[in-house]
Amino acid sequence: MNIIFQVQESEQVIRGIIEGELDTFTAPQLKEELEAMTLTEGMHVEIDLSKLNYMDSTGLGVFVGFYKRAKREQANVKLVGLSSRLRRLFEITGLSDLMEIETDKKVEVSNEGI
Amino acid sequence: MKELQKQYTKILADYIEEQTERNLYIGQNFIRQLLQKNIAPEEVINIHKSAVEQIIEEFPVELRYAYDFLIEVMVHYGLALSEHKSLLQQQEEMQLELQVATNIQNMILKSHVPKIDGVDVGMISVPARKMSGDYVHFVDDGNQYVGIAVADVVGKGIPAALCMSMVKYGMDSLEHSESEPSRVLEVINRIVEKSVDDNMFVSMFYGRYDVETSLFTYGSAGHEPAIYYNAATATYEELDAKGLLLGILPDGNYQQHEVRLHTDDLVIMMTDGVTEIRTNLEMDAMAKITSIVSAHRTESAQAIVDEVFKELEKMQNFELSDDFTLVILKKI
Repeated sequence: MNIIFQVQESEQVIRGIIEGELDTFTAPQLKEELEAMTLTEGMHVEIDLSKLNYMDSTGLGVFVGFYKRAKREQANVKLVGLSSRLRRLFEITGLSDLMEIETDKKVEVSNEGI
Repeated sequence: MKELQKQYTKILADYIEEQTERNLYIGQNFIRQLLQKNIAPEEVINIHKSAVEQIIEEFPVELRYAYDFLIEVMVHYGLALSEHKSLLQQQEEMQLELQVATNIQNMILKSHVPKIDGVDVGMISVPARKMSGDYVHFVDDGNQYVGIAVADVVGKGIPAALCMSMVKYGMDSLEHSESEPSRVLEVINRIVEKSVDDNMFVSMFYGRYDVETSLFTYGSAGHEPAIYYNAATATYEELDAKGLLLGILPDGNYQQHEVRLHTDDLVIMMTDGVTEIRTNLEMDAMAKITSIVSAHRTESAQAIVDEVFKELEKMQNFELSDDFTLVILKKI
């Protein structure tokens, strides 16, 4: 599976969507994409995870790394379209208190397998 | 060298006279001998040139220049070859060092299951690869308190191994088994946060059992919740505690809760390798674990963890995709 990371840049907002599986093999690819992104103060980065089929802890590490950089650059990170299992992962790890996360009602059923 | 030259000249002369498989084979064996003696490629050509000069009468001078030319340009091949050899040797040395490091790591991180009256502790920790990302640390004063830390380092290889050693030394510096779980997590967080890479983090559950009061006090830093088994009601309950993963923010704030244990109650602590098991069957791993535990609840803590591992391993067709760690504390 691949990660398709699409960025729509419109002034202070960047939107991306990740599709497929995020694991030890694909995580470096996402990490590279996110590292290449230029962040500026007050920028909003919104990443849609509704088409993410699987994520392991290495994938979580990529978001942690990105969050840390965004915090240094004073940009905001928002993750949207989380399935309930993905949401639980962010809640257990305490990351849901740091990053803004939004559960997408529509994906709750279709994406329950995560 | 003189002897080699003589041998080669003989072999070549034989072949020029009669081009048989056997004569060719002798030549190939001879080259193997030269390789073992570390004779450089340009040297081999030099030997060949001298041999040809001896064998062929009226050797044209142009051919001699041609050979000299080849010898000169082949020097670079020789250099590349010797570089390759020294890299291979370096690689071997590094692998050896890594092996030594792994052994040291395993020795340093070895945890001894505490033995205290009134409590029975069982543990199993199986790495998926050579170096485990899971770590279990026991603190006990041999009398009243038992502290149990179950941690999972996310990240790979040497950085993760170093990070784990830091967690270990942090725990050692807190060698007071009465330390409050929230405080333990705060201290370890400060140590880990200073030194890890951005993409790395540690999840950790810390529980402290007081034999005198039967109170199990616990806190979690982004770790899979432990499960409490209440023997009187035969029910399971998650021991949730809010807290951020270690290594993300310098100041972590960790909640702490407690539960009073009664005889035969269990506290089941694990890493996500246990719950993230992917099997062919769509099955809730947690339900599977609790059903195995229920079936063996009267046995010793060690027997229960061994049984859970055995059953789950069967489900996965003996393929461990992640490190597997399970610790059970039983009040007796």
